[in-house]
Amino acid sequence: MFAPGTESLVKQAREIQEEELQRFYGRISKHLLSNKEVAVEVVDSLQRLHLIVSATKYARTLPPDLIKKLQTLLRSLSCPEQFQILSSAILRESLPLSLHTLSTELSQDSRALSYMASVVLSQAGNKEDLLPLCQHLLKFLESRQPEVQVPKHTLPILSKIFSFSPKILSEDQVNVVSRKLADWLRYASVHQGASMSSGGFFTSPRIRQPAPMTEVDGAVAGDFFTVLCVGQSYTEDQWMNMYTFSMMKNWLLTYDTEGTSNAESAQLKRTQVIQTSHQDDRSEVDSSVMSMVSATSSSSRLLPPKERLREKAFEYCHRLIEQSDRKALKRTDAELQKACLVESVAIMDIICNEDASYVYRAFPCIKALYGRLSPDLAFARALLPIAQFYLNHSETAAVDSEAVFYQVFTRFPAELFNEPMLAFEFVHFCLHNVSVLQEKVVIYRHSFPNLLKFLAWNSPGLISEYVELLPSLLAPETAIELLHSLLDLPCLAAALDLQHRSSCYPALDRAVWDQQGSKITASLDAFRQPSYRGLFLYILRPEAGTGDTIDRLSTLHEALEGMVESPRVVRCAQIVPVLLHIYFNTVTQMADEKLLNQLLLVLLERSSLLFNIKNFSTEVQRVFSTHLQTLCKLHPPLIVDQYKELLEFVSTTTSIYSKENFYTHAVWVIGEYLSVSYDPRCTVELITSFFEGIEAVLFEITQVRQSSSPPCYSPRLLTVLMTALAKLASRSQDLIPRASLLLSKMRSFARSGPVAVYFSEEDTEEIITRAHELINLLKLPNVAQFVLAPSTHGDSPRWHRDTNAGLPQRMRAISGLLHNHSNFLPA
Amino acid sequence: MVVCFLIHTVCPVSALSPAESRILYSRDFGLEDVELSGESREDNPEKRRLARKEKLGVVARQVRSAVCLSREMAGSVYVEAVLGEEAVALGEAERGVLSLGHGEPFAGQSVALWLGVQALAFTLVCQPQENLLLAEGTLRNLARHCLEELRLLGTGSEVLLKSDRVDAMLQRLLPHGQLLFLNHRFAQNMDKELSSYMSK
Repeated sequence: MFAPGTESLVKQAREIQEEELQRFYGRISKHLLSNKEVAVEVVDSLQRLHLIVSATKYARTLPPDLIKKLQTLLRSLSCPEQFQILSSAILRESLPLSLHTLSTELSQDSRALSYMASVVLSQAGNKEDLLPLCQHLLKFLESRQPEVQVPKHTLPILSKIFSFSPKILSEDQVNVVSRKLADWLRYASVHQGASMSSGGFFTSPRIRQPAPMTEVDGAVAGDFFTVLCVGQSYTEDQWMNMYTFSMMKNWLLTYDTEGTSNAESAQLKRTQVIQTSHQDDRSEVDSSVMSMVSATSSSSRLLPPKERLREKAFEYCHRLIEQSDRKALKRTDAELQKACLVESVAIMDIICNEDASYVYRAFPCIKALYGRLSPDLAFARALLPIAQFYLNHSETAAVDSEAVFYQVFTRFPAELFNEPMLAFEFVHFCLHNVSVLQEKVVIYRHSFPNLLKFLAWNSPGLISEYVELLPSLLAPETAIELLHSLLDLPCLAAALDLQHRSSCYPALDRAVWDQQGSKITASLDAFRQPSYRGLFLYILRPEAGTGDTIDRLSTLHEALEGMVESPRVVRCAQIVPVLLHIYFNTVTQMADEKLLNQLLLVLLERSSLLFNIKNFSTEVQRVFSTHLQTLCKLHPPLIVDQYKELLEFVSTTTSIYSKENFYTHAVWVIGEYLSVSYDPRCTVELITSFFEGIEAVLFEITQVRQSSSPPCYSPRLLTVLMTALAKLASRSQDLIPRASLLLSKMRSFARSGPVAVYFSEEDTEEIITRAHELINLLKLPNVAQFVLAPSTHGDSPRWHRDTNAGLPQRMRAISGLLHNHSNFLPA
Repeated sequence: MVVCFLIHTVCPVSALSPAESRILYSRDFGLEDVELSGESREDNPEKRRLARKEKLGVVARQVRSAVCLSREMAGSVYVEAVLGEEAVALGEAERGVLSLGHGEPFAGQSVALWLGVQALAFTLVCQPQENLLLAEGTLRNLARHCLEELRLLGTGSEVLLKSDRVDAMLQRLLPHGQLLFLNHRFAQNMDKELSSYMSK
């Protein structure tokens, strides 16, 4: 597919020598002078020239005479399209700019103008550069003579211009264009373009009676022309109709946003018009074949241009929605119907945002459309704009919208999680409306288990969106369940994968299953077993509220064992830490005491209950460690509240081996925050029991036996354990002798054979020094209490700024004391 | 409006580092809304061109990694299709979408739709308010034309030398970056024009 030859061509084009290039330019100039006999050669050279100018990101400057010739070629009416394309492409890519030269002499010819415009549009840097082109186009649009042909691409070019610089059109010009657009939109011919029939060799060509347009299902068009009308050939105004509708949303978004901000006066005007109205005389349609849209159409000729366009656009969209109900004969048309539905509802939404009186006219149509589309998931993407419409306007019209959101939030993610485009649009719909959804749509927050399915399935593709979305899903009542759900996200990915696979391959087809690898087969088997059914149902649940988590999570992990290496699961596991950080940062802002307690318990419980994916536990525990600290700092009484669980956790030596980092942090927070200064409930008994727990662990892991294996934990853990012991001892001074005794053994431990091999000299030194310092400190209990228990305000900025009040000051004083008194202390 | 259309590689290219992508065709529809973004405008045309090209490179790289990730997760391995099997190749193509934030790399927010066909990706970057369903259909239609008219499944280098064919397609199917609502008859009219262009 991508051949080495292609790569070498790029290289050649980039590395061509200056001398050779100049010769090449000269040759092309000469070719362009001569006549058409060498057309093939000219095309070939121009193609090569285009490759040379476009293959590098640095611009190439062409000789002025060549540029001039290319510009002439572009303007020339007689020249074949290929020449125009190539010269336009070369001019776009090269220097000097052709923008100004071309702008002074814009062509009247439709095709040439379009290719010239493409150069102007690509080289323009500001509004002034675009003015000549814009004025040139407006001349066609402003002309009132019917014989003036509007160049085909006028509207796409104009669309590009005003989406870059809306202010380029004056108010009057906007009105002129609006009037023109309304006419094209609503009054294009309903008959097919006159096709020339050859009429056979002997008869002279004659013009056939123009046939009427048909609908996409083959029936004769029942009303005015739209893009969903089919005919053998199209007239100019029908082409313009298509271009107009294609740019309509963009136009309304740009120019229909300020206009009539007082909808009431517009409404007043409209009723006046209707009262004096008669059927719009320009409509070519026989009233007997009128669809609902024309029949209910009011005369709008007296309305100001912008409002008239709004009216016509509304009618057009209404008709498109009606037309989309027809069964299309061609697949392309069926797809176009869906795109038209999306566009029509979006345009109606824009119009209703501008003028609320349209809401009452739109709702019957939108409601019927919803009723028609909602059972069929193939129309899911068309339902999103409908949901948007309900979100924006159901309150105005006092329409119940619950069913719509129920459908959107329960069915879509559960059944269409593997549709990348829908997932993207769905998530962006949520992001776009996040505050409204949070406030007004109850089911939104409640359906986070469902919403996470999109993310679990395509985690790298959607992570940046969910980073933004996650805080909005958090509510105090479901916070714990959400935390479990985030931790179980890789399980969800695995379960979705199994669900997807098992729906793809029938149960009996073992051969296909076995191709998946035996590990996955085992998981697939489990997925189908009734005994696991409840577990899978839980993990794939659509809504929150069935319980924060389940008891048999480890059983589920075992059942999913075969999926741990699946790329989807591994990728999903990689994003969990990111989401957890966001979760904790958000939840700590809203959490009350009760929730904080629950969070702490979840941390302790889930630190050892995670899906066994490579690195997953380590990464998650790292996040847990950080936030354990945050939680305790935020609310130190947590330690006393949860002392049973914490005590059990830190007293279990095996915790060290599976989750050292988290364990270290747990020990640290106990040493730091278990103090009567944080919580009056902190009794001597409590301190003693924690002290004993930590003491036992430290004792156990520093036992040196000849047979014992070297320690498999870091020196940091040792120093943290020692310090925590000393801190607790300083708060209950009866414990000091015990602490000192244990600390004094550290020296011999660190110097012993197996340990010395495992720890570096520096580490050993660090351990011994720390033990020594702590022993010395504990010799002066009052000082130790002072140093080892920083006051609650110890970390306020003042301590860092104020040199007279900082900890350094204290430390200096203490080291002075120790130094002076060291002679009096027993050795 | 569509910001740009690209055809670029998603396979390893010898001269490039593994994450890079070679852009084989690019059409930048120009003009970004600098007024909205507040990004200071570059007046030097040479630098402006360089910046634009680099932005296209950024998009190609991001799409490349998205295509690779999507293939990795789906565990899909494609069977190399040969000339004449364009419909099969297109049928098996992966599709996806990614959102490009402010200044990453374009001034405004934009959305990149991609279609991964074997070693190549077709990418359409459009503004976020565009009709993505329509854009997706347009991208697929463009990809089909490109595969056929540039013989992309073959080993030739038409994509570089006959880029005017892509320009001719874009001129009709996506004039100046405007997505069009084309029913099958409008499309046939354009296809007819295109095939007469190609046969010349």
